[in-house]
Amino acid sequence: MVSLLDIIGPVMVGPSSSHTAGACRLGLLARCLVGGTPERARIELHGSFARTGEGHGTDKAIVGGLMGFRPDDERLRTSLEIAEKEGLDYKFEKTKLGEEGAVHPNTARISIERGGRTSVMVGSSLGAGRVLITEIDGYPVEVTGNYHTVVLVAEDIPGSVARIAGVLAEHHINIATLRLTRKERGGDAFMVIEIDDVPDERVRDELRALSWVKWAFRLEKVSA
Amino acid sequence: MYRSLQEAVRDAESQKKTLGQLALETESRDQGRPVAEIRAALKRALDVMRGAIAQGLTGDLRSASGLVGGDAAKLHTRATGPLADTPFRDILSRALAVQEVNAAMGVIVAAPTAGGAGVLPAVLTGLADARKLGDEQLVDALATAGLIGAVVAERASLSGAEGGCQAETGAAAAMAAGAATEMLGGSPTQVVNAVALAQQGTLGLVCDPLGGLVELPCVFRNATGAAIALAAIEMALAGITFAIPADEVIDTMGEIGREMDVRYRETAGGGLAATPTGRRLARERLVQIKKA
Repeated sequence: MVSLLDIIGPVMVGPSSSHTAGACRLGLLARCLVGGTPERARIELHGSFARTGEGHGTDKAIVGGLMGFRPDDERLRTSLEIAEKEGLDYKFEKTKLGEEGAVHPNTARISIERGGRTSVMVGSSLGAGRVLITEIDGYPVEVTGNYHTVVLVAEDIPGSVARIAGVLAEHHINIATLRLTRKERGGDAFMVIEIDDVPDERVRDELRALSWVKWAFRLEKVSA
Repeated sequence: MYRSLQEAVRDAESQKKTLGQLALETESRDQGRPVAEIRAALKRALDVMRGAIAQGLTGDLRSASGLVGGDAAKLHTRATGPLADTPFRDILSRALAVQEVNAAMGVIVAAPTAGGAGVLPAVLTGLADARKLGDEQLVDALATAGLIGAVVAERASLSGAEGGCQAETGAAAAMAAGAATEMLGGSPTQVVNAVALAQQGTLGLVCDPLGGLVELPCVFRNATGAAIALAAIEMALAGITFAIPADEVIDTMGEIGREMDVRYRETAGGGLAATPTGRRLARERLVQIKKA
């Protein structure tokens, strides 16, 4: 569903809604997977991101996003210098993540590390600032950042969905969508839960306290 | 949001509403947010648009490559010329101003995209200032523009990489033409005639930026896009109709976009980007960006 505020927006630092604003949102989502600004980041750019990213400030936008700057934050212009001062050790590489047509032309693979935790995210910038995360730590996902989203990995046991939905219900959090994927039967289950309300830290902590939940993170809503 | 302008006009007429009111109420229902909150977000967008115009008209901006900047001020401060002291001249300079800010990594509103971000603010604020209309009317007009853009997104595309420049500055001209027609008292039918008249004037327009950067010709395409919007507004408000309905013109834009060779879809492989001068400038200037 197209929203009016997607069309008249986002408010953003130029020059490109796909190569700058969307790139920044990919960085913002990635940082959530390690719970804050990473210490180290390896960013692989594919397709048009690799070809025209420098002129569009795609590098500045992704690094800015990793530090928590939103698309309208003027610090994006100097984010690479800020990253060096703040101790974010970043590295850009050009890559080919797949055949033309199979992978969106504006795609990045972001590998990050913070406090011993590492994560790898693949996401694309679809145009007009909209983004889609297609892979987290090897699990195929579809995360748009249009909602607050909880992502978690749990052991694949009966009743896990009900228990997690129960935790959210106790905190009066309404579920918009829920997707469950796994690599194999009995393997770990990867859950993506889009929710209408902003969850506080206690929700995350309660989910993490479940013995069969391996990890859980909250991705910020990055759309308008 | 609506997928058809014809349906939107039908609902607006039967409910005796403007398309802007209809857009706000529909968005409120779709997103579960109060109308006041959506208006506040649009007002913020309007403030950013005005800020970008003011910043761009000062003329001391340069893009990453140095290829664009300073032309908005050149037009704005010129005392003579056949269109001096007309809203037309003022609107052209505002469109350049926003795009120069965008190219210099300043803050703008992507409306519908960053590459086409100059047209809508230039046309709407330029005409509103000339007619002494206030922010309330401009917020309504932005809602109308959003509805038109949503229909284009659903039926065709709003991405130069998918549909060429007709999907960016072309769609922006259609949005600006429809929105301003309503702001100036046009009926819903006149609004969609303005959309059709503006979009038809941009059919086939390719996306061919030098080096793939949102600079050249993008900055100037926003000024010429604004000019097309003004032509459409003037014709629609005079009661001129366009025989092909706006929905079908938009469908045509989508079809042309899908058929368009990839060289003409933001890849810098064709058009102005592939001219001898275009290639030379891109080569020289990209080196400059890498050094910075």
